[in-house]
Amino acid sequence: MPKPGKFYQRDRTLQPPAHTPDYKTSVSRSPRYSLISLETSISEITGPVFGHQDIDPLDKDLIHNFAGTGESAIGERIILHGRVLDENAKPVPGTLVEIWQANAGGRYRHKKDTYLAPIDPNFGGCGRTLTDEEGYYTFRTVKPGAYPWRNWVNNWRPAHIHISVFGASFAQRLVTQCYFEGDPLIPICPILNTVPDPAARERLVAALDLNAAIPLDSLAYKFDIVLRGRRSTLFENRLEGN
Amino acid sequence: MPQSLHYLKETASQTAGPYVHIGLAPGEAGFQIYKNEIGRTIAGPNAEGERIRVEGQVIDGMGSPIKDVLLEIWQANSKGVYAHPEHSHAGDVETGFHGWGRVIPDFETGEWAFDTIKPGPVTDGTGKTMAPHLNFWLIARGINIGLNTRMYFEDEAAANASDPVLNLIEWENRRNTLTAKRSERGGKTIYRFDIKLQGQDETVFFDI
Repeated sequence: MPKPGKFYQRDRTLQPPAHTPDYKTSVSRSPRYSLISLETSISEITGPVFGHQDIDPLDKDLIHNFAGTGESAIGERIILHGRVLDENAKPVPGTLVEIWQANAGGRYRHKKDTYLAPIDPNFGGCGRTLTDEEGYYTFRTVKPGAYPWRNWVNNWRPAHIHISVFGASFAQRLVTQCYFEGDPLIPICPILNTVPDPAARERLVAALDLNAAIPLDSLAYKFDIVLRGRRSTLFENRLEGN
Repeated sequence: MPQSLHYLKETASQTAGPYVHIGLAPGEAGFQIYKNEIGRTIAGPNAEGERIRVEGQVIDGMGSPIKDVLLEIWQANSKGVYAHPEHSHAGDVETGFHGWGRVIPDFETGEWAFDTIKPGPVTDGTGKTMAPHLNFWLIARGINIGLNTRMYFEDEAAANASDPVLNLIEWENRRNTLTAKRSERGGKTIYRFDIKLQGQDETVFFDI
């Protein structure tokens, strides 16, 4: 049985570069020297492990996890579900997935958000869950609204949900955003367009998944997440030269 | 056409945006929602080793501290063992030593700090030993993909000089950007580690 080895190198052509002037905030927050390439050591192959003792089953239901008794969040009810896989198409089980989002009006519950759309008293805007043995995760939430942001004079974010995933290793740590099929703001979003590869951008758009919808209750969108994969050590690395 | 390799492609990263605290540290965003916010304790009371505080700022290219950054720390225990099944067996790591933490700066000053224990040198399966270090991962508005760096300790000069990762950095003067400065304050050991995203003394970041 081969043991898992080092990670495949990250394909940087599929990732956004640090310096993307159309997303203005990146200009002063982007390193200018080249990254130093590091073969993954034990410090990157390891990473934090979470379990069911760390979270509550209700954490994944954003319609109810902040709502008053008998209340629920306002908005288009959706299920967001999918699998966390690695580049070898193997499921990543038991990994922590965290999400955060604006409410149905496009307002975040954050002391720094001053957009004029109202706060929903029954919506917090965050959730978390662990993937199951097959790498599946599911959230219930409301579809977030689009909202304006200060970049160019009249920029609007497409509806999106922020997603954070750990994987099994610090080298797999990923934060991304999930968009929704059919949103006309998607092609003109300077943040989505930091990703240079068109197919990589399309993979950030969740598909309407009518089969997973609950009739008379919630629509559903499917969003699979792929983390980096690892070699199998059938053959040890050659030692000479190292 | 040759056969398909059938590998999947890694999902593209997107910035965590200005409201990252809602998802990853809701208490800092101004509301309590979870019974248990994760990442608050890196090394619980049972963890052995020297107690230290690490503090610093993340500085942007204009010289201003980044007040909406979120940092994650990953480290070995005082014996150089990670709390992870590929590097430890049950009992190797003290109960309550997690080795992982999530750190938010003060929204007004951008100053951040966390308490932990100083890790030991780390040896992996190949027998190579790395000097004591903390692994850092930074995300923020304006950062399109999380930045990986490491913090080393200035009082470990001999170990640092032979560290295989520091020695990968061709420009010797840049290695110093990863070395935290030690001091004492109020009976506590403090390490100062400022992370600079741009400029002549830009911190070294790694493609891991």
